Order: sequence, then C-alpha cells, then structure tokens
Amino acid sequence: MSNPLRPLPQWADVALIPLLNVAAAFFISGLVVLAIGENPIEAVKLLIVGALGDLEGIGFTLYYATSFIFTGLAVAVCFHAGLFNIGVEGQAYVAGLGAALVALYCQFLPGYSLVVVAIAAGALFGAAFAAIPGYLQAKRDSHIVITTIMFNYIASALMGYLVVNILRVPGQMNAETAPFPAKGQVPQFHEILNKFGFDWPVTPFNLSFLLALACAFAVWVLIWRTRLGYEIRTVGANPVAAVYGGISPARITIITTLISGGLAGGMAANVILGEEHRLILEYTAGFGFVGIAVALMGRAHPVGIILASILFGILYQGGAELAFDKPKISRDMIIVIQGFVVLFAGGLEHMFRRPVATLLARRTSSPPI
Amino acid sequence: MGFEDVVSILGSGIRLSVPLILACLAGLWSERSGVVDIGLEGKILVGAFAGAVFAFYTGSAWGGMLGGVIATIFVSLVHGYASIDQRANQIVSGTAINMVSDGLTALIGNAIWSQGGRTPQLPDTALFNEIRLPFVETLAPVPVLGPIYKHLISGHDIITYAAFAFVPLTYWALYSTRFGLRLRAVGENPAAVDTAGISVRGLRYSAVVICGVLVGLSGVYLSVSQAAYFQPHMSAGKGFIALAALVFAKWRPWPALATCLLFGILDALATRLQGTVLPGIGAVPVQAIQSLPYILTVVLLAGFIGKAIPPKASGIPYVKER
Repeated sequence: MSNPLRPLPQWADVALIPLLNVAAAFFISGLVVLAIGENPIEAVKLLIVGALGDLEGIGFTLYYATSFIFTGLAVAVCFHAGLFNIGVEGQAYVAGLGAALVALYCQFLPGYSLVVVAIAAGALFGAAFAAIPGYLQAKRDSHIVITTIMFNYIASALMGYLVVNILRVPGQMNAETAPFPAKGQVPQFHEILNKFGFDWPVTPFNLSFLLALACAFAVWVLIWRTRLGYEIRTVGANPVAAVYGGISPARITIITTLISGGLAGGMAANVILGEEHRLILEYTAGFGFVGIAVALMGRAHPVGIILASILFGILYQGGAELAFDKPKISRDMIIVIQGFVVLFAGGLEHMFRRPVATLLARRTSSPPI
Repeated sequence: MGFEDVVSILGSGIRLSVPLILACLAGLWSERSGVVDIGLEGKILVGAFAGAVFAFYTGSAWGGMLGGVIATIFVSLVHGYASIDQRANQIVSGTAINMVSDGLTALIGNAIWSQGGRTPQLPDTALFNEIRLPFVETLAPVPVLGPIYKHLISGHDIITYAAFAFVPLTYWALYSTRFGLRLRAVGENPAAVDTAGISVRGLRYSAVVICGVLVGLSGVYLSVSQAAYFQPHMSAGKGFIALAALVFAKWRPWPALATCLLFGILDALATRLQGTVLPGIGAVPVQAIQSLPYILTVVLLAGFIGKAIPPKASGIPYVKER
C-alpha cells in the first residue's frame, strides 16, 4: 500500500479491468449456483437458449433491454456530474402517471400524436420528480443520495394512493387504470413486421427500442460533443475548478437531474405505453435499480450501456426460462448477479488494478542493468 | 379512541420501532466513524434470514441470534473492506450489499425449502419469549399505570430491552470513553487521528463490526421474535426508514431513539387507521401516514426545520499521506 501506481495502458483501463470485474461477478454467481446444488454450465446454457434460442426469446430480451437502456442512461448522466441518482426507480414510476394521464384523458389529440404527447408527458413527469432532489442538492445542500432514496418511497406511496383510490375503474378489483386506446399505444414490432409479411411471434418488443437507441446517441452527443456536456463533466471532475471556469455547479446539478429524470421516464414509454397499455401498481419492478448496475458495467458510456442492457435483458428473459426448468434457481438469482456486478464493477472496481499493474510492469519493463 | 386504544397503539408502536432503533444505532456507529452505510436494508435481511435458519437447525433462539449476528458481521466486513481498504464509493458498495442480500436470502431459502423463499415456521422453543416483569398482576388494577406497566413496559422479549439499553450504552461509549472520542474524531478529521498515531483503519473496522452486530440483532428480531419465520423482502424498507431516522436525529443516539419511536408509532397508527373514516376528513389516506417519515426527513434535509449536517469525513475514503 505504499508505492504509487503507475498509470495503466489505455487498453487495460478501458477493456481489461472492466472485463475482469464483470468476470469476477459472474464467477462468484457461478459459485452460488454450485452451492445450491445446480450445475452452473448447464444453467448458463439454459439461460442463453431461453433468451436467444428463438425469436420470441429475443423479442422479450430486447424488450427488457429497452427499459435498462433508459434507466442506465439516467443513472449514467448523473454519474458524469458526480451525482448518484438512486431515485430512477421512483422517477420512472411517476413518469408512468404522466404517460397514463395523457393516454387516458387527452384522446382528443389526433392519430399517433396522442402517443407522442404521452411519451413526452412521461419524460416531463420523470424530470419534474427528479427536479425536487436536484433543486435541494443544488440550493439547499441536501445530499441527493438520501433525498432520492426517500423520494422512491414517496413515489411508491403517492402512486399507490392515486392508482388504488382515484384512477382505478370503479368496480374493478385489480389496482390498475382503464386500458389505453389503440392510438395511445407504442406499436409493437410484431404488428409492424406482420404488415410487411414477416412472421414474428407476439412479443412486447416495441418501437421504444428505437427511441432508447436515439436517446443513447443523444446522450453521447450531449456529454462529449456539447458545451453543456463539457460543463457537466467539469462539475463531476472538480466542482471547485468548475466555479473558477465560470460554470455554476448548482445550475448544472439541476439541469443534469432534469435530464436524468426525463430519461428515466422513457421506461414508461416502453412498459406502460408499449406493453401494459394501462398503468399498474409497481410497474417498475426494480428496473430503476438495474440501471445502476447497467451504468456501472457500461462505464457510463452509451455504447457500454447498450451492451450491458442487452446482457441484463438476456439475464431477465433467460432467467425466467431457467427458473421454469430449474425451480431451485429462482429469479432471485438475477438480483444476486446484479448485486455482484455492482459490487465488483463499482464497489471493488480497483481490486484488480494493482495486480494487473504489477503484472504489466513486470512484463514491459526491462530488468535493471 | 379510548385509553385502551392509545395504549395498544403505543404498544405496537414500540414493537415496530425495535428493528428501527437497532438498525439506526448500527448506522450511527458506522457513519460516525466515516463509513456511510446505505446497506442497512440488506443487512437486516441477512440477519433475519441467518437468524431463522440457525434458530431452525439449532432449535434455539440464542443459536439463531448468534448465527444472524455472525452473518451480518461478515456482510459488514465486505462493505468495510470495499470502503476502507479499496477506497470504494461507499454508496455503490452499499447498493451492492442491498441487492446481493435481497437476492441471496430469497434464493437460498427457496433452494432449501422450496416455499418461494419462506423458511418453515419456527417452533415456540426456538423463539424469544415475552418477559413478564414482576408485579404485573399486582399493579394491573391500578388505573392508567396498571395497563401502561403491563402492555408498554412489561411483556417484551430480550431483544427489545436490549435495543433500549443500547441507546444509553451507545451514548456513553461515544461521548464518555476514549474509544468513542477517537471514533467520532475519525469521522470528522481522520488525518488528525492518524497524526496522533492512532489507526484510522482499525477504528473504522471496529465501527463496522459494531454496526454488523446491531443491525444483525435488528434482523434477528424480525424473524425470531416477531414473525417466527423468514420471508423474502420481509425488511420492507425498514433499513431505509432507519437511515431516514438517523438523518432526522442528526447522527445522535437519544434523538435517534425518539425518532425511531415516532416512526414506529406512525406505522402502528397507519395500520390501525386503515379504512376508518374520520369525521370532517373522510377516509384516512394511509399512504400519507406511511410516507410521513420520508417526507419529514426530506424537509429536514432541505434545512427548513434545523439543519442535518453529517459527520464531516463520512463517505470519504482516507488516503494516508505518501
């Protein structure tokens, strides 16, 4: 713990260390599977066949991945400003309210403009819900980690009240709103492909996927190609230097949380407008927290996030199939893997740095004399 | 609502606040030493699960307690290793602990008993029983005092009394012992402690272990005292309420006790008022009462009612000068 580390070559920093971290997470997960008396290799086979073995599996995998791209981007944008937004879960949940309100009560809007406005309303509600912790962090110095945790529970209570007591159709047993009209739904890929004569099985995979890819590209442009992105990264790297450079960290904090909440709202487009077609209780199902794992694994870069999202899509879809074949490996296994990914790619991200640095130094440096 | 109702609500409020008090004190020890712990929720689950499993296999509540506490100390040490030695982002590490604990307890429980993660019912002999304090029956006929003594002060289990005893104990240890002074110093200014020749690492690790013991008891209370089984996600956000209480109490032991009691009584009140219609207000929105702890904490954090300032060095890994 004494001599300072010499910086690693870039290829090791960008590719080797993250891969080692994720490999460690999966290795430990494999040991867990072994410990409960199942064969990890067989489990991985079943998982991949379930997720990618047929078109139906692929459709579900990409449907889950779409949600993770949105929540992962939401977490990542905040990372760049040095903020940890744990509230993506609650922001996405409240975004569902915005989307549902428009889809149900603005049916005077012509054609597909209804669903476009509904998506925008989702993003707006998500941003508005993120704005409060953002404002409190920027102006009142309240730690955003604590406030966003509190806001997740406030979102849960608020939405529970609204869905059960106010929005529910009278006489309906299930806690859910009325179904949306067809023009308030994001079209699913199988519908479109069937029109063109392709036969694709019915899956919830919908056009929100393209929106997610567009958002990923927009985030890349924002962070690395615009002045605002430069300001966000500067505040994240060193708020004091940012002030010296004429950047207001308070302003950047608020703007970044607004963008983050808006991106979280994209999940409402995918799940509420694209698949459920009505607002249901707890529809986010922990996907906001998956965003943390995705953002850490993807190193807060849009390309990494898309890849990590697809991996987690495979885990969620394949995991469901796996739990069906091997009841011992229940879907909780996915949460375990997700936790280990966060632990090794985030918490212990520097664990392999020293051994790798020592190894590389030994190989590259010539012996003295 | 008569006197009997008030006593009964307060009684269940006390029972609901016990896991909060223990988890809140656990967080207090950890954060006062400079290690932020948002993994309390996960650790409660681990304590509850290991507690139930060990109580089931040993047939003894004490065995369950020992198993539960050892398990949470181990989880705490993982967080400690990440935070202290690996200088990790402690929020990320805590989030990981929450996820792994949530998944692993449900997974293992399901793999062993195939009941969706639920453990079998624990026999009465493997549970902590109510302790009846002396003179309960003698005092019972006394108005006001009798019911209060019988339902509020007597009739709790050992972990409840321990939880209440840990409050003055923590206060004494933190403010009146050399260890406590150093521990608080390490959370405010680790460099100064290091200069005095005291190990920052050692102090933080001991705080993390104390945190593990207390939060483990909190989990054991849920499964071995309250429910007599473990069920996935049974902590139901208690770790985060404890975290809120810690902030609300501004990281001090006695206010922590008061806040946890308040939050526990609010919880009891919400359950009691479910479905009742108050004159003039209409049906009570239970969700409003349930979210009150979170709203109060946010309002406090915003600086509208006093100011919650965390220990200065909490969340910042200590790097020894090279």
